[in-house]
Amino acid sequence: MTDTAFTDAAVGGRSLWATAMMRLRRNRAAMASIFVLALLGVLAIFGPPLAPHSYSQVYPEFVKVRPSLAPYPQAEQVIPAAERALSRARVEMGEIVVENGTVHIPISSAREIDPRLARYLERSDIFSGAQVAELSADGKTATVTAEVQQLYFLMGTDANGRDLLARILISLRISLMIGALATAVALVIGVAYGATAGFLGGRIDNLMMRFVDILYSLPFVFFVILLVVFFGRNLVLMFLAVGAVEWLDMARIVRGQTLSLRRREFVQAAEALGVSSGAIIRRHIVPNTLGTVIIYMTLLIPKVILLESFLSFLGLGVQEPLTSLGVLISEGAKNMRNAPFMLFFPAVTMTILLFALNFLGDGLRDALDPKDR
Amino acid sequence: MFSYAIRRLLGAVPTIFLIVTAAFFMMRVAPGGPFDQERTLEATVMENLNRTFGLDKPLWEQYAMYLGNLLRGDMGPSFIYRDMRVHEILAEGLPVSMQLGATALVLALVVGSALGTVAALRQNSRTDFAVIAVATFGITVPNFVVAPVLSLVFAVMLGWLPAQGWGDWNQMLLPVIALALPQVAIVARLIRGSMIEALRSDHVRTARAYGLPARMVVVKHALRAAILPAVSYMGPAAAALLTGSIVVEQVFNLPGIGRYFVNGALNRDYTLVMGTVVIVATFVVVFNLIVDLLYAVLDPRVRYD
Amino acid sequence: MTDQTNQDRVFEVDDIHVTFDTPDGKVEAVRGVSLHVDRGETVAVVGESGSGKSQIMMAAMGLLASNGRAVGAVRYRGQNILNLPPGQLNKLRGAKITMIFQEPMTSLDPLYTIEDQLSEPLRVHGGLTRAQASARVLELLRLVRIPDPERRMKSYPYEMSGGQRQRVMIAMALANDPDLLIADEPTTALDVTIQAEILRLLAELQRKLGMSILFITHDLGIVEAFADRVYVMRQGRLEEDGPTARIFHAPATDYTRMLLAAEPEGEKPPVPDSAPVLLQGQDVEITFGKPGGFLSKSNLFKAVKGVDLTLREKQTIGVVGESGSGKSTLGRGLLQLLPAAGRVIYLGRDINGLTRQAMKQHRDGLQMVFQDPYGSLSPRMTVSEIVTEGLLVHEPGLTRKERAARAAQALEDVGLSGAMRNRFPHEFSGGQRQRIAIARAVVLRPRVIVLDEPTSALDRSVQKQVIDLLRGLQEEHALSYIFISHDLAVVRAMSDYVMVMKEGKIVEEGPTAQIFDAPQQEYTHSLMRAAFDLKSLLDAG
Repeated sequence: MTDTAFTDAAVGGRSLWATAMMRLRRNRAAMASIFVLALLGVLAIFGPPLAPHSYSQVYPEFVKVRPSLAPYPQAEQVIPAAERALSRARVEMGEIVVENGTVHIPISSAREIDPRLARYLERSDIFSGAQVAELSADGKTATVTAEVQQLYFLMGTDANGRDLLARILISLRISLMIGALATAVALVIGVAYGATAGFLGGRIDNLMMRFVDILYSLPFVFFVILLVVFFGRNLVLMFLAVGAVEWLDMARIVRGQTLSLRRREFVQAAEALGVSSGAIIRRHIVPNTLGTVIIYMTLLIPKVILLESFLSFLGLGVQEPLTSLGVLISEGAKNMRNAPFMLFFPAVTMTILLFALNFLGDGLRDALDPKDR
Repeated sequence: MFSYAIRRLLGAVPTIFLIVTAAFFMMRVAPGGPFDQERTLEATVMENLNRTFGLDKPLWEQYAMYLGNLLRGDMGPSFIYRDMRVHEILAEGLPVSMQLGATALVLALVVGSALGTVAALRQNSRTDFAVIAVATFGITVPNFVVAPVLSLVFAVMLGWLPAQGWGDWNQMLLPVIALALPQVAIVARLIRGSMIEALRSDHVRTARAYGLPARMVVVKHALRAAILPAVSYMGPAAAALLTGSIVVEQVFNLPGIGRYFVNGALNRDYTLVMGTVVIVATFVVVFNLIVDLLYAVLDPRVRYD
Repeated sequence: MTDQTNQDRVFEVDDIHVTFDTPDGKVEAVRGVSLHVDRGETVAVVGESGSGKSQIMMAAMGLLASNGRAVGAVRYRGQNILNLPPGQLNKLRGAKITMIFQEPMTSLDPLYTIEDQLSEPLRVHGGLTRAQASARVLELLRLVRIPDPERRMKSYPYEMSGGQRQRVMIAMALANDPDLLIADEPTTALDVTIQAEILRLLAELQRKLGMSILFITHDLGIVEAFADRVYVMRQGRLEEDGPTARIFHAPATDYTRMLLAAEPEGEKPPVPDSAPVLLQGQDVEITFGKPGGFLSKSNLFKAVKGVDLTLREKQTIGVVGESGSGKSTLGRGLLQLLPAAGRVIYLGRDINGLTRQAMKQHRDGLQMVFQDPYGSLSPRMTVSEIVTEGLLVHEPGLTRKERAARAAQALEDVGLSGAMRNRFPHEFSGGQRQRIAIARAVVLRPRVIVLDEPTSALDRSVQKQVIDLLRGLQEEHALSYIFISHDLAVVRAMSDYVMVMKEGKIVEEGPTAQIFDAPQQEYTHSLMRAAFDLKSLLDAG
């Protein structure tokens, strides 16, 4: 217990941040979450343009088809579809043959065949490159050939025949965007408000916090709903509304932290040194609240995403053809009897996203916890 | 404490007034009106309708009228449910929402406390991890996912319970579970955290050092201290539960008041929305008061004088 | 030694080892310690913080934290009780062996009345009915001399003072007529006069009731006055043991000698009256709280009431007093860290009430060192950032290199290697952190330093080093100190003038020798007796 043994002193120091990072790296759930979140982020950014279908592309022939690794259309679909498509051309059809991904339809007609009838096939989602070949000299018999499409719906399609995978990718983008932006709004308002109240203290603090208390007692979800219903569904409004609701907690937390930091002796020591208020806030207060703010931020993002999804679930969220996870889950719930996959995939995506965010938040809390310094 | 309660209730009046005012004007400055959907209406009919409902008067007059009626316990006529007064509509829905919410609340407190306590007593054991997993699941997966999935599995696929409706006990089961699950999870997590702290506290060490039986140490000395954070959490949560869960009522098609709010808002049924807002605000205020009083009962250090 | 050879052996610890599993690996807190307590004996276990003395008792009583493990044996009247299942241990705990703890503020359950808590062990162990227990509680409260016990029974712990709570703990410990009372630093958190009262009560009750006491402490003064035999512990091992008189007069090991010598020594000669006056306080008053307003009661508390003080060059004024006496508040008020009424004259200029900006130019001359070496250093700054922060304000013209040189010099001055300047505070021990805090003050070359309990959080041996350091710096830089402390021994060694504070007022002041050798006021006298003459105080009881 002697105080003079300095010989083992290493020269470089290890900051609390470095220690926290080390602890975080040892937390497997948190590291896995970071990986998952990075992956989801990449999917949200690059997924929609790279997906095989656009999120707004409608395939009337493929409404609520099951998820499958094999391409659509399935073999038994092709011939009836071809018959249906050409029936409008009012021609006689012979035996339809499908080989090597091409359909051959012998047709005959009492009148001369108009080559433009190939368009009837083109209009179907199933065929492409349709043309009238082997037109006989009298123009009354011919063979229509067309490529059979190879459409992959890995997660099936929705009630309008849109690719669910593409829709999940775009909804992921929307959800993450709202999560990030609304959290940023909440963060800015909350930190500024809380730090000001906490640092100024006294009567101003009292007044500012009384205001927060009043806001707390308002049924805010209801107000957000009102706001969204009455002022239209608008992405910007949405995250402004959500951010404006969620800043209260942040303000309280930051204010509490600031108050307790102000009483800490190192802040008094800085005052005794003559350090200005601005420098005290910058050098002593903000760095020490950062840990808590980061933790709270990671826990706020899932809350915001949930709130947005909740609004979307009620049909108050983003507008078609855009979509969000809440909208998809709501549609899935309506169709779960005959198309359970429509509920399953969005629900799983949402769950994975929220789990990852929560685990990361918990991991950060453990790593940054000021209790064991 | 009684005078404190009275003072708090009086203090709540401006809060409710504020909420009512904010909601009233927010709705009115927004574009659209209750009869917009009926596009075929002729101008004269429209005028008549507006006059019947007093919408032709200046806004401040309507506001004063609404407040006056509200003080007499009249929430005005509904714009969509034409022959009904709003308080009649809400009087029908409220018992349903409250019964549902109260059951979920009790379930959340009992099951949540039990899970949290067990987990804290066996910290880092398999039981603990199981509780943490359940709690994380409950907090993470929103009830608009849980409710449809419960309905899908137990009603549609297994056919054990009815998928919707209200009246029978078995119709209550799924909605209550869907409503309670997130609350169970949050309570369990809160109790676990504060219980671990309480078990490490000096006064629990004293209780153990004095040879008190384990059950007495846990229940009398640790749990009573550990339950305090859960109590203060339950205030706003109780208000939210009792005034109806919009999602659960929608998924299970229950005649509670939650759906009136959304439908009312979508249809610009001003009075119906206002009525719901008043009810919710009152519940929030009352439950915050109840929680504060309960806190004082549980913790003698808290005094309101 | 077994129970056959000694019928009187109440309690025996045999080669106990205690280890803790921590994220950084296994930590061995106790490495093979044996000790025993005989009937009616008072035995002290003494050691500095971290010596493992408390953990032995926690292990014996089955109270180790969940990551702790103990091996060896602990015998109560010959029966091994170490690692017994709680059900069996509970027959002894609180009945035959009882404990009192260091923190009287938190050791009692805040949610139950005194009667409730005292009744519990009576009803559990003695099988008393509620009414019987209630009667016995009253009797016990009288025994430990709680005033107005009928009313106090119904009180909650938060309504009592620290000393009273510790009395309640003692009552609880005596409830079932124990054979052994383990007291784990029971008076450390109390003021010296209260400490003397509690120790006196314990000594008296022991004479009356005849139980053995195992007393764990870091305070050698208490040991000398209170114990029959002593065990000295260091870093989890037993250093030596023997009768108190022998240990104190003929210590066998260097460590014990060092501990005994760590009592602060020396004195400071007074400065001549001709020495220039640096800092003067005239009728300084400091008030906390809010004045009453519309609908709110006035909630004012005067912490410092009309204090006059004159500090000359190279002088050290010791300000002593118990907790709540206003001594720290006075120090902060003089440095303009709290708003004060009255006049504060620094170098002939009234600085009281100056704006932050106007005060800035005087700050480099007026510095402060705080009590808590853990709290007074910003945890996210390096040592060099901490030490040079003041230079940024007061000597903005310095280059980075010059600042680094000054910081290195200041660190050398306080006995730290300049090579450690890039490390963070949490990597240092308590004594080292206090050195860093001192370096932060001296780097500005101040004239006056207010030292607010700078040694109170430190072990005695470290305390001595810090005191030597402060003395050296005073010589070298012609510093003046205002030395605020509740520790009379340290104040006597450090200061040449002493002011005794009580409830915001100066009750007595004068040159150190006069105050310590011939106190005029009753209060000063009782302070002195409690601090320096514990033995006679206990024997008188």
